[in-house]
Amino acid sequence: MTLVRQTSPHARSPNSTQQIMKWVLLAAVPGLAMQTVFFGWGTLINLVWCILIAVGSEALVLKIRQRPISFYLTDGSAIVTAVLLALALPPLSPWWLTLIGISFAIIIGKQLYGGLGNNPFNPAMLGYVLLLISFPQEMTQWLPPVGAAGHTAVKSFSEALFTIFPLFGHPINIDAISMATPLDIVRENTSLTMKELWSENPAFQYFAGRGWLWINLAYLLGGLFLLYKRVFSWHAPMGMLAALLVMSTLFWGGAGSGSHGSPLFHLFSGATMLGAFFIITDPVSSATSNKGRLIFGAGTGILVYVIRTWGGYPDGVAFATLLMNMAAPMIDYYTQPRTYGHKKPNKGLPEQH
Amino acid sequence: MNLPLRDITESRHMPEVKVRVWPLTGGIHPEENKRQSTSVPIKSVPMPDKLILPLSQHAGSPAEPIVAVGDRVLKGQMIARATGFVSVPVHAPTSGTVSAISSEAIPHPSGMHDECITLIPDGKDQWCQLQPINDYKSVEPSTLVELIRQSGIAGMGGAGFPAAVKLSPRSPIHTLILNGTECEPYITADDMLMRERADSIVTGAEILQHLLTSERCLIGIEDNKPEAIEALKKAVAQSSNGHQIKVVVFPTKYPSGGEKQLIQILTGLEVPSGKLPSDLGIAVQNVGTAVAVCDAVQHGKPLISRITTMTGEALSKPGNLEVLLGTPARHLLSAAGINDRQLDALIMGGPMMGFTLNGQDVPVIKTSNCLIAGTRGEFPPAMPAQACIRCGMCAEACPSSLLPQQLYWHAKSENHEQLKHHNLFDCIECGACSYVCPSSIPLVQYYRASKGEIRAQEARHAKAERSRVRYEHRQTRLEREQAEKEAKRKANAERAARLKAEKAASSNKESSAVPDPVQAAIERAKAKKVAASTTTNKPAKTTLSADQKELRIQLSLASAQLKKTRRALTQAQEKGEGDIDKLSADVSMLEAQVAKLQKEFETAAVSEPSAIEQPSAIRQQPRAEKNLDNEAAKKLKIESAMAKAALKKAERALATALEEGSSETEALRDAVEEYRQKADSLTKELVDANTGKPAKSSADDKKLKVEQAMAKAALKKAEREMTKAQELGSDDTLSLQDKIDECRKKLEQLESGKPSVADNATGATSSSYPVKTETSDDLKKLKIENAMARAALKKAQRALDNAEGDTQALEAALTKAQTKAAEAENALAAAS
Repeated sequence: MTLVRQTSPHARSPNSTQQIMKWVLLAAVPGLAMQTVFFGWGTLINLVWCILIAVGSEALVLKIRQRPISFYLTDGSAIVTAVLLALALPPLSPWWLTLIGISFAIIIGKQLYGGLGNNPFNPAMLGYVLLLISFPQEMTQWLPPVGAAGHTAVKSFSEALFTIFPLFGHPINIDAISMATPLDIVRENTSLTMKELWSENPAFQYFAGRGWLWINLAYLLGGLFLLYKRVFSWHAPMGMLAALLVMSTLFWGGAGSGSHGSPLFHLFSGATMLGAFFIITDPVSSATSNKGRLIFGAGTGILVYVIRTWGGYPDGVAFATLLMNMAAPMIDYYTQPRTYGHKKPNKGLPEQH
Repeated sequence: MNLPLRDITESRHMPEVKVRVWPLTGGIHPEENKRQSTSVPIKSVPMPDKLILPLSQHAGSPAEPIVAVGDRVLKGQMIARATGFVSVPVHAPTSGTVSAISSEAIPHPSGMHDECITLIPDGKDQWCQLQPINDYKSVEPSTLVELIRQSGIAGMGGAGFPAAVKLSPRSPIHTLILNGTECEPYITADDMLMRERADSIVTGAEILQHLLTSERCLIGIEDNKPEAIEALKKAVAQSSNGHQIKVVVFPTKYPSGGEKQLIQILTGLEVPSGKLPSDLGIAVQNVGTAVAVCDAVQHGKPLISRITTMTGEALSKPGNLEVLLGTPARHLLSAAGINDRQLDALIMGGPMMGFTLNGQDVPVIKTSNCLIAGTRGEFPPAMPAQACIRCGMCAEACPSSLLPQQLYWHAKSENHEQLKHHNLFDCIECGACSYVCPSSIPLVQYYRASKGEIRAQEARHAKAERSRVRYEHRQTRLEREQAEKEAKRKANAERAARLKAEKAASSNKESSAVPDPVQAAIERAKAKKVAASTTTNKPAKTTLSADQKELRIQLSLASAQLKKTRRALTQAQEKGEGDIDKLSADVSMLEAQVAKLQKEFETAAVSEPSAIEQPSAIRQQPRAEKNLDNEAAKKLKIESAMAKAALKKAERALATALEEGSSETEALRDAVEEYRQKADSLTKELVDANTGKPAKSSADDKKLKVEQAMAKAALKKAEREMTKAQELGSDDTLSLQDKIDECRKKLEQLESGKPSVADNATGATSSSYPVKTETSDDLKKLKIENAMARAALKKAQRALDNAEGDTQALEAALTKAQTKAAEAENALAAAS
């Protein structure tokens, strides 16, 4: 019989890209659960809707590009993009908002660059930023978390469904029930001390705001699971969290009216943990070497704080990630590790001959 | 980073010595799969029906057979000798008869065939005379190294580098490392060898220590071989030199057994990129090599067998076998209980760096440490590669701290600059990156392919650079020659003018002595006549006579040759190689020749006026006939001019092609074709013109035509060769170009001679022709010589074509051949 001919190595680890994507999805479950608990069914409905659009648009482009559809769809990367964007969107975002965001992320942000592995930007964040710039009003309509005043407005599944898809029923008026996030409130506060601010907004108990703290802790848990599974190294998340900690400590400003929020407030509010463990760890659009990833993470952390504190948007994870995505190739050029047998690492571009 | 992972307390002998180990960078933990083959001791195999002994079982140049088919050989007898420094001989593993020396399938990643000696064992297993050395310490190290070389010992770990080469280091060795790591999964040959022949390993280590005069010997073993560690520690404790030998244990991790990695683990040092371990004062040998050294020195036995692990799920009796080199895999597999129906992949070596075999007929060689008969379930076919998501797992696994994912992107885009910038050539191809890749990308294969491409490209660049330098040298030489020619022509013209002026002056003197108006009128008429005659003679005067022309060509050829040889000589002297004596002899000979020719030429130039008078007088006689042939001559002249124009065109195209490499050969070919057509039509015209001529001159004409045809043929041949050489991208196009030029010159010379023949159609014979018929025998001889020289030249050029890398020696040979060819041609030119 004919023997198999192939090049070494003949042994392979059971590792697979699908497995990595599955772990990422699994690690997102605690955060998703917390978000659902605090913001209602909207999050889950959004998630399903997002996955449907993502898989649909991925399949569409693959068909146009004449690529084997099932082979590429099964890598699970489109689903991960969908989940990350769904988690970042306000819980009762209208269906068309999601449709625009996710199809842009998959078609423009990923497939037009050549599909998985070739996209310079994190597709989910690209979709998010597109929506944030184009539809700022819809993108800031966050609901009050459970336990805060007004949270009872959206109780049932059908109410959430019809709010997202108003074609079939009567939507609730989101404007009436939405409220600013703690990050927004702190950013726009100029007169009150932190204590007064918190007492005025009983929804924001605890140091990072009711709900937000728990959601961030859940993402931290998922992130630690991924670290344990060695899906990514500690460098990028550590870089980001450390940079954010340093920045928020340096520019804290105490508890007075000029305060920019405590370090703990910044670490556990907004999309900090989601960003640190699920967004900037996207290897495709991040830097390559460990040193590069540390720099990449630190850069993101600094930019997140700068945008949150002095920028025009309540949270800066998406912008910071995209800006650092742009810097990633250059970071790569200057952070090659020192190769065995070499005195110094190679830096920059190769000399042209 | 240099933290000790663990301290190893040494054996009883040196209880307090602690040996530090350093961690391996990167690395992986693949399934070990070693248990299957370690449960039974090393066994021997029944004698196979035949032994196939490849001449190249090692890294380096293959051995050369010293037996013939039908010879009876004894066990341990050398049957093929080493050829060169990096080479080892092959010995007969048993007594028997040489049945064939032929090309057979050998164990090689490409599945290729190579020269092998096939031996049919006679079953007697009769040893040849062995010469063991009882006290190796009293023997000179160099003698021992030679003994090791002659015993055919090549590295037993897998690379097969001749042991003697590593034992003749450039710099002193302070540390000898014996590699008992065996980090590849499945393989247990060294493990079992260490368990069962620890004493031989320690003796081998002592011999190697003696050879290298190193201060210490470290035996590195992974901690997954406790029995081997125990056995070796025991053997070291019992050894008299035990205090110099240390068994060092370190954590199991692939690829700790790589030479560079083992040095890092045991010493914390890194072998600088592009350097050798000996530059650090370290020599690494496999434990199996140490046993082979022990056998060779203590028992006088050459390397004729090795331990090979037989494993894999398709075998019912896995284990380690003591195998005679050359035993076909089929024989061993059946001894290990192969299940042919389950066998799906046959791997020689380990699953990480081994290679699959095409079939079971390949023999075991000196480097075959393992045969894995794998089932489909054990080694499933590779998954289709998915997109690289730059997860970085490969970078974490890389023992050389490379960025495999970046290398992959650059390899795919064939960005060689970036590949080199990312230190592609520091990749040891261990396969750890491919192993961990979640997208199943065959990374190592990309690196192998890129390395090959870059090497090929660099070789091409070096070749092109050499050609460019040669071309430029040739251009300057041609320009210089042209200038010299021009200067000479001017000098001659001036000399002729001076002579004329002197003549005129003397006649003027005569005329001025008699100031008679009538006489003056006569003188004027005379002067007119003289002027008229000089006008008719003008072509002969301002150009040169046939003899002079010939001499001048010879002279320029000889001086060109002289320059060439001088250049070769300077080059040879600069580089201190090549046949300097021969070259300097050639130079002096050529100098003499040039001087002689120069003298002859000058003599001819001085005697020219008288020499030309005769032919011109003859020429004036048949004026009527000449007028008849005027038309034909004119036509021929036009044709000649056309041919020359075409020639120039071809030359230009050729130059362009040379400048731009071989891509312009199309243009060149067209141009040459065009030229050829013109030349053909010229010949036709010539024939037409000749048919109208009296029979008297036909013999000379014929001769001339034959010569012309010959020259044309030579030119065509040279041009064909040129085209071929350029197609092949050969770098000796310049020498061919020289040849073409020479041929062309000859042809021109013949062509320039032609109109005069047409003029002399009535029978005026050129003075050189009779001489030719007289010396036709000599001419023949010279022509043969010339042809021979050309053949030699061609051969040298072919050899140059074939040779890669350093071609200096061949270039010297080529120069020699060219000199010879030119000499012969000069002689021929001189004779004809």
